[in-house]
Amino acid sequence: MSKLVLSNITKSFGAFEAVKDFSLELQKGEFVSLLGPSGCGKTTTLRMIAGFMPPTSGTIELDGQTISTPSGVVPPEKRRMSMIFQSYAIWPNMTVGENVGFGLQVRKLAGAEIDRRVDRILDVVQMRGLRGRYPAELSGGQQQRVALARAIVVEPEVLLLDEPLSNLDANLREEMRFEIRRLHDEFKITTVYVTHDQSEAMVTSDRIVVMNKGRIEQVDAPHVLYGRPKSRFVAGFIGRTNFLAGRRQGSDVLFEGFSAATSLLEGANGTGELLYSLRPQAIGLAAQKPNGGALAVEAEIAGRSYLGEYWDYQARPLGAAKPLRVSTGPNTVFEIGSRVWLEIDPAAMVRVE
Amino acid sequence: MTVATPSLATTSVRPVRVGGFDATWLLWIAIIAVLLFLVVSPFVYLVVTSFTAERTGGFTFANYGVAWGRARYVEALFNSLRLGVVSAGLAGLFAIPLAWGVSRTNMPGRGFVRMLVLATFITPPYTGAVAWILLAGPNAGWLNRFYMFVTGSEAGPLNIYSFTGLAVVIALYSFPYIFIFTSAALELVSSEMEDAANILGAGTWRTMRRVTLPLTLPAILGGLIICFLEAIALFASPAMIAIPARFNVATTQLFQFFGNPVRVEVAAAYAMPLLGVTVMLILVQRLMTHRKGFVSLTGKGGERRPIQLGRWRWAMFGYAMFVATLSVFLPYLFLLQAAFAKAWGRGFALDNISFRNFHFVLFEHATAAQSVINAFLFAGAAATAGVIITLGVAYIVTRRLVPYSGILGFLCIAPFVIPGVVLAIGFYAAYAPPPLALYGTALILILAFTTRFLPIGYVNNSAALRSINPEMEEAVRILGGNRITALRRVVAPLLKRSLLGAWLLIFIPATRELSSAIFLYGPGTKVVSVMIFDMSEEGNFEYLAALALLLQVLTLPLLWIGQRALGRDFMLRRIAT
Repeated sequence: MSKLVLSNITKSFGAFEAVKDFSLELQKGEFVSLLGPSGCGKTTTLRMIAGFMPPTSGTIELDGQTISTPSGVVPPEKRRMSMIFQSYAIWPNMTVGENVGFGLQVRKLAGAEIDRRVDRILDVVQMRGLRGRYPAELSGGQQQRVALARAIVVEPEVLLLDEPLSNLDANLREEMRFEIRRLHDEFKITTVYVTHDQSEAMVTSDRIVVMNKGRIEQVDAPHVLYGRPKSRFVAGFIGRTNFLAGRRQGSDVLFEGFSAATSLLEGANGTGELLYSLRPQAIGLAAQKPNGGALAVEAEIAGRSYLGEYWDYQARPLGAAKPLRVSTGPNTVFEIGSRVWLEIDPAAMVRVE
Repeated sequence: MTVATPSLATTSVRPVRVGGFDATWLLWIAIIAVLLFLVVSPFVYLVVTSFTAERTGGFTFANYGVAWGRARYVEALFNSLRLGVVSAGLAGLFAIPLAWGVSRTNMPGRGFVRMLVLATFITPPYTGAVAWILLAGPNAGWLNRFYMFVTGSEAGPLNIYSFTGLAVVIALYSFPYIFIFTSAALELVSSEMEDAANILGAGTWRTMRRVTLPLTLPAILGGLIICFLEAIALFASPAMIAIPARFNVATTQLFQFFGNPVRVEVAAAYAMPLLGVTVMLILVQRLMTHRKGFVSLTGKGGERRPIQLGRWRWAMFGYAMFVATLSVFLPYLFLLQAAFAKAWGRGFALDNISFRNFHFVLFEHATAAQSVINAFLFAGAAATAGVIITLGVAYIVTRRLVPYSGILGFLCIAPFVIPGVVLAIGFYAAYAPPPLALYGTALILILAFTTRFLPIGYVNNSAALRSINPEMEEAVRILGGNRITALRRVVAPLLKRSLLGAWLLIFIPATRELSSAIFLYGPGTKVVSVMIFDMSEEGNFEYLAALALLLQVLTLPLLWIGQRALGRDFMLRRIAT
């Protein structure tokens, strides 16, 4: 049985539809991210799961019991969930220990038991030594750990995270997303994670829900999402990509500067404009015309940037107006203006709507 | 490890409607009722009474005829407006250079000057007026006597009992409003904006004229308007100075309509233009200070470096000391002299010193000591009620617990536009007649004070609540605590200091409130401000000085507590945003 089920959820604020017909099922212990640009309705969805607002239509079920309908919601305090907020919402009037122990206190556990559990969870997040400190005396990363400990110690049915890393600096953010995944692997709590940062979602999640303008664009595992995006939006939002517009002519599809046989391309039997996504990493760059099954396209280097881990080239196929972006290893060096050969594997070209 | 979780009450969903009928609605109804009683009903009664015939109770325009039928009644209103303009202008001259010097330059003694502005701010206008009667009364005033002593002439040049004298005294004790507005605005103009002008070739003066001044102008004008409104709403200083000088202003004219016999209908009709002018100007002030586009007034200030004045810094300091001499040093020096003198006219001679005045007002005078106790009791009750009501409203409004909650906030702010005397007439009209018959009771004073200072409480409490991220409460709820738990464990502890601050910000002015008290007190409920006013009419300046200083001394510990809880500037922060 699914742990958490959202069925046809809609949320309107006046005439504005923030979330449209959103359906999703989470398995027990699953980690799912809601990913999308700001204003796409992901936080609204999370707040409906938490019970802070009722849906305009649709229902939410937890363990088979309805907890949200348009006419009524089980209040947040009765849902046995917990949540990590964008601002952390660490209570500044309580020490680290009191913050973490709060949920246990509300659940009326004995004092000694609370102490034991607080100590244990603080060990897990490596904050035991700071139990008596007040939040104002902690760094941003430490506050984040307190928020994690406070949310996990109550062993919630569902853990909700609302852009928890957006206030941290880049290094800490990278460290904390591994930390969040590690805690998930340890406690196996069913988790919904809201973020606009694709790498955060990819590191932490079993599945990612890509949202745009209140709608679900695609739900898949991170590698599927990257390798097989279903829509132009997903292809553009997850990682960098080249969009190639083609037109069918006989048994070929003509692109700007090159063509490919329909038999090699997926979804090439449509008519009109056919749009394909091609990742920069999927294109090879060579000085000599390559042999083999891949398409070989002669091109000119129009621009380049060196980013340490890779080169980002702009290579324009001869006869085309628009250059393609190509990523190569840091040791593959071509001068601007030089002629090169692009090596394109038709199987890496993904048809998008 | 497993946690004993509270059972999920959802075998069948028992819908708890969001925004449905629950305890918050009862609270909302209770608060609406209180605000209707405190704000709406006095206002409605004021308007209705102005159209009510005195004997028959029928509808009439006659009151307006009586109120505006004589040239001298109309002239009193024009005197008020003129007084407002002149006082505000003078106050601007005092305040703006000081604000600039304190917030933007390297003038020496900036903290000291700020302290002196605070000292001015907490001096009730009537105390200042009395001090200036001692200083600039014709012939007997100390400044005149000093002038005669130095020049050997027969008469001194100063006469406090004149329009100019009144305007100066009012300006001296209302300039802190402009100071507060202007320095708040100046502190938000970042040095970078001025640097940008400098790097493009503008000198210090041109930068000030073209960049700094335009950016702060709305705030300065806003301060001037507040000063103007303060001047036209003031009762005590005009009563002490204008009446002996044989001219009337609107508030003293109102007082005469209110004298024997009480003609509340005429008073209400006479109050309408005063109310109209105030409402209009407050709207103008709001529009100006809230105009979009003045980024520096809303955005982050950025880094600020003091402007190096060079030798001029001492000139600046000199000017600040000149203003402080007029508003603080001289007045307090001679109030002290009078308070400790057997007869204030005999000067500083050693044999003239006595503690008799303090002994008299504290132990011998029939009602003086009681009036101090009354003032503190009423102010305490009003501050407590005001803080509780405005906290409730602010919570409902900032958390949007009910639809149309904005109306509640508006009602809390509305008394800001009602001058104290007008408010008092409204309270009189609403609650003096049966069935409530509250006239002369402690309750009507407490209620009037509560209403008068609701805006201060509301502004402070909603600012404090807005500074608490709602996620703090949501975190409590998602972890299993209900709204009450969130309020008790998180919101209340975080608000402690702000609540104390709001309480003091109501309490301190309420202890010295005169303009509404003078219309509503009874024999047993005289407050210290009324007592001081009575003493000035009797010419008992020694007793009066002793009582006025006593009131100031009693305020000091409150200031100290406030500064400990909220920081040095808590009284001088922008109060009217």
